[in-house]
Amino acid sequence: MSGVRVLVGTRKGGFILTSDARRARWEVSGPHFGGWEIYHMKGSPADPNRLYASQSSGWFGQLMQRSNDGGKTWEPVGNKFVYDGVAGTHQWYDGTPHPWEFKRVWHLEPSPTDADTVYAGVEDAALFRTTDAGQTWHELPGLRRHGSGSAWSPGAGGLCLHTIVLDPTNTDRIVVAISAAGAFRTDDGGENWRPINHGLRSEGIPNPTAEVGHCVHRIARHPSRPGVLFMQKHWDVMRSDDGGDSWREVSGNLPTDFGFVIDVHAHEPQTIYVVPIKSDSEHYPPDGKLRVYRSRTGGQEWEALTNGLPQRDCYVNVLRDAMSVDSLDPCGVYFGTTGGQVYGSADAGDNWTPIVRDLPAVISVEVQTVPPSLAGV
Amino acid sequence: MAASFGEPRRSFSGGGIRVVLPAHLRTLAKVGDEVSVHVERQVTLGSVLDALEARYPVLQGTIRDHITLRRRPYVRFYACEEDLSHEPPDTPLPEAVVTGAEPFLVVGAMAGG
Repeated sequence: MSGVRVLVGTRKGGFILTSDARRARWEVSGPHFGGWEIYHMKGSPADPNRLYASQSSGWFGQLMQRSNDGGKTWEPVGNKFVYDGVAGTHQWYDGTPHPWEFKRVWHLEPSPTDADTVYAGVEDAALFRTTDAGQTWHELPGLRRHGSGSAWSPGAGGLCLHTIVLDPTNTDRIVVAISAAGAFRTDDGGENWRPINHGLRSEGIPNPTAEVGHCVHRIARHPSRPGVLFMQKHWDVMRSDDGGDSWREVSGNLPTDFGFVIDVHAHEPQTIYVVPIKSDSEHYPPDGKLRVYRSRTGGQEWEALTNGLPQRDCYVNVLRDAMSVDSLDPCGVYFGTTGGQVYGSADAGDNWTPIVRDLPAVISVEVQTVPPSLAGV
Repeated sequence: MAASFGEPRRSFSGGGIRVVLPAHLRTLAKVGDEVSVHVERQVTLGSVLDALEARYPVLQGTIRDHITLRRRPYVRFYACEEDLSHEPPDTPLPEAVVTGAEPFLVVGAMAGG
């Protein structure tokens, strides 16, 4: 029987929630790195006890942390992120050129096969990689230099590379997403990149169907179907069946097609989850009701999942990296809110329970399904 | 190597430049209230920070930018009740800091939520 380890990044530290496969009783450890923003923590699929964390603060900048024992102890590793060559400029909010400046690491994506290799998505938008367990980080500069980089402009949260999708069947193929530039793909391991935004429509940019400039919030895929991508865009839930070459809208009957998270059931590649959020600028659930929406058809037809979630007076947000699934059967689904709750469902979303209610605002949630000895249960 | 360093200590007993770090950086560097660094060349803002970062590499990038070596916006440098934050790196530190009578303070600005 396996256990579950939920890695929660918050505005004021990291927390690790552990349970056995019943997912009914939880132990909470933390705060780790109390007082620091933990944008993301993620474990290596190749070694579940190897964890990486992005630790940052407005005072002291970016730190990176590594654990070799499932989060019991941590050690700081390399925090030097230097753009390759002349950094150049992107567009600022007012349309003027603005120098590329490193601010923080938003997202970490460990290699599925090598515990020492991790990709990091950073602000200002770029993709970095370590192959020595975090001691040194090197940019894959082809992304910024493919041609459109000088035209990228930041979203409200900054010019951040927040999504990295690795292809388990093709190590040369990587999809990334940048707010507010769009989605990009390499098919040669990061040397060459191209925008993959055909089919996206964003009314907030001068040319709604432009090649770049779209505010993509999140992309998810099921490992068994790496060519099928699901996207939550600033507005619109989108789907691609050709690895991102083209997209079509699958928002269907959602109460609002705005949101941040999107994720895929561990065992049903056509079952996907979103949390609709009211916008512009409100960024809380419509009608004060926190509802996860599930589609069992890969989009278009959606059902509201409400059992155990607050259905009145709820005005929290669910940020882009704050949903994850475990690989138990039935599949567990987890998400965290800016109100500090982490909700879990041990039955694929039918019923929800708050695992913790009063953490700092949650930025990210990642889940590891591990042997019970590693989960500490 | 331009500098050699004493061990971190909670109370200074002479022999080096006393440096007080903000709480989060003490935790990060695994040191107490105060550390002491020896600087073989002229004791300036820059040379003390160079010595501090050489002794505690984990602090690299947290007080100054890795590349530009510019002070982070929410970090301040104080000594002898003077704000040295806006002074250039080659600014000599006060004699009382050089002799160890007074500490050099690295301060996290009171800001944010």
